[in-house]
Amino acid sequence: MVDLSVKIHDLNLKNPVMAASGTCGFGEELADFYDVSLLGGIFLKGTTLKNRDGNPYPRMAETPSGMLNAVGLQNKGIDYFIDNIYPRIKGYKTALIVNVNGSTIEEYIQVAERVNELEKIPAIELNISCPNVKEGGMAFGISRTDAEAVTRVVREAYTKTLIVKLSPNVTDIGEIAKVVEGQGADSVSLVNTFLGMAIDAEKRIPLLSTVTGGLSGPAIKPIALRMVWQVAQAVKIPVIGIGGIMNATDAIEFLLAGASAVQVGTAIFKDPFTPLKIIDGIKQYLSKHKISSVSQLTNTLHM
Amino acid sequence: MKKAVNDFIVLENTALNATNYYIRLKSPVLLPEISPGQFVNVEIKHTDEVFLRRPFSVFEVSQGENTISLLVKVLGKGSKTLSEAKAGDTISLVYPLGKGFTKPQRTDRILLIGGGSGVAPILFLSKWSGLPKGNIHILIGARSNTDHIDTRNYSGLGEISLTTEDGSCGFRGLVTEHPLFTDEINTFNKIYTCGPLPMMKAIAKAAARENIFCEVSLENLMACGFGVCLCCIEPTTKGNLCVCTDGPVFNINILKW
Repeated sequence: MVDLSVKIHDLNLKNPVMAASGTCGFGEELADFYDVSLLGGIFLKGTTLKNRDGNPYPRMAETPSGMLNAVGLQNKGIDYFIDNIYPRIKGYKTALIVNVNGSTIEEYIQVAERVNELEKIPAIELNISCPNVKEGGMAFGISRTDAEAVTRVVREAYTKTLIVKLSPNVTDIGEIAKVVEGQGADSVSLVNTFLGMAIDAEKRIPLLSTVTGGLSGPAIKPIALRMVWQVAQAVKIPVIGIGGIMNATDAIEFLLAGASAVQVGTAIFKDPFTPLKIIDGIKQYLSKHKISSVSQLTNTLHM
Repeated sequence: MKKAVNDFIVLENTALNATNYYIRLKSPVLLPEISPGQFVNVEIKHTDEVFLRRPFSVFEVSQGENTISLLVKVLGKGSKTLSEAKAGDTISLVYPLGKGFTKPQRTDRILLIGGGSGVAPILFLSKWSGLPKGNIHILIGARSNTDHIDTRNYSGLGEISLTTEDGSCGFRGLVTEHPLFTDEINTFNKIYTCGPLPMMKAIAKAAARENIFCEVSLENLMACGFGVCLCCIEPTTKGNLCVCTDGPVFNINILKW
């Protein structure tokens, strides 16, 4: 038997494979396929203070080995989540993590305060990296001072495990990671999507209503892996790796580069069973290499 | 579980004409109930150029033989690759997805209008509706004779009328110019349609004007097909809804057309 459990600050995970925010709804859509208690955790769809309709259609464009999206945080707001969705999903036997968003620092604080009251939510992921909203989002994650400010106040408002989700659209992601660590973040998750663009040359139009959007999928994996490695060198808090993970080998590469756990995102669109296949693949890898615990893989690259 | 991902085996792939293929797939497990308008999301293998699955409306279901059939119209790289599938190949499907058409009442007189690959759910609906032949009229439009698939197998289910834009068979013109639509639309109390957006919008406009129940099946671009990516949204009176889970079939009275 191999030990798959990992700990992200006070957050105990039965295994290191979680579903990324924006790719698994509120867990219910995956529960149509399988028992979601098999997952290490579920990062719920990005939630804001008030209802957001998101961006106009078209919001998606397929690209080589990946896709662009410009959803723009469509959600019904934190009150709707607490009153209608939370009661339906709180029984899931897996870590449920709310992805917290805002257009202003005040909104981030209010959402974090509301989530702090929810008994079955052991952690939040502070999203300062959404590239698809006009105000807030990534703006907070690409500025050292803004990242510092929002992390500081949310840290004051939120008492449980605070994970900060970082944007890759920066010059030095290690520096931003260090800044949020300095303000009391318990963990960082990375990367969110890369700002990209796609064009229909025949029609001479952008393929997304917002012109630009966030690139995800295996196309970004090597860059995400490099950034996880850089951040793991820069901070002492646990790192959660995200970015184009399609299979167990990809996930193991992120662990070796310094991640304590991973999130699977775009791969779920292709096959909702991907996280479960990755869990099985990690088990096999550990057995084959006679490693007793998955946590022994983290940051163990032979240099 | 309500939904599944499984490898189906290709039993048959027959070219129906220059651009349409009929692909029959055997399920490895007992099929759930599937209704017209519901779809499957098909993995496209052996190509680096197609990353996401491709959604296809279910054309036929045989619970007895545990098979489903798709009508694949070649439009791009995904459908082109799928059209080259050979008997014995395995193809991964995510299924059953979406909400289908509302089942008609015994006394309804229904007009089914299909265009392009939209004929798949429309013909499926003619079979599934269970209505007597006299109560179903099927109107199918295409550019030319060579774009029409053979619908003779369906002639026992309802009256079939064909249109072509070049007049090479049936009525010359668009489905919305056919006398059934221009003169006799009021003899129907339900209209169901699937096809190109301009066609469906013209149909919806007429149905709304005549106050006739009308359902349309949309095909907005989607990534996941099961309600998590929020890419295929359609603005409605109930806000942005997902075509993949709230649809693809919508009553026109909630659409903002």
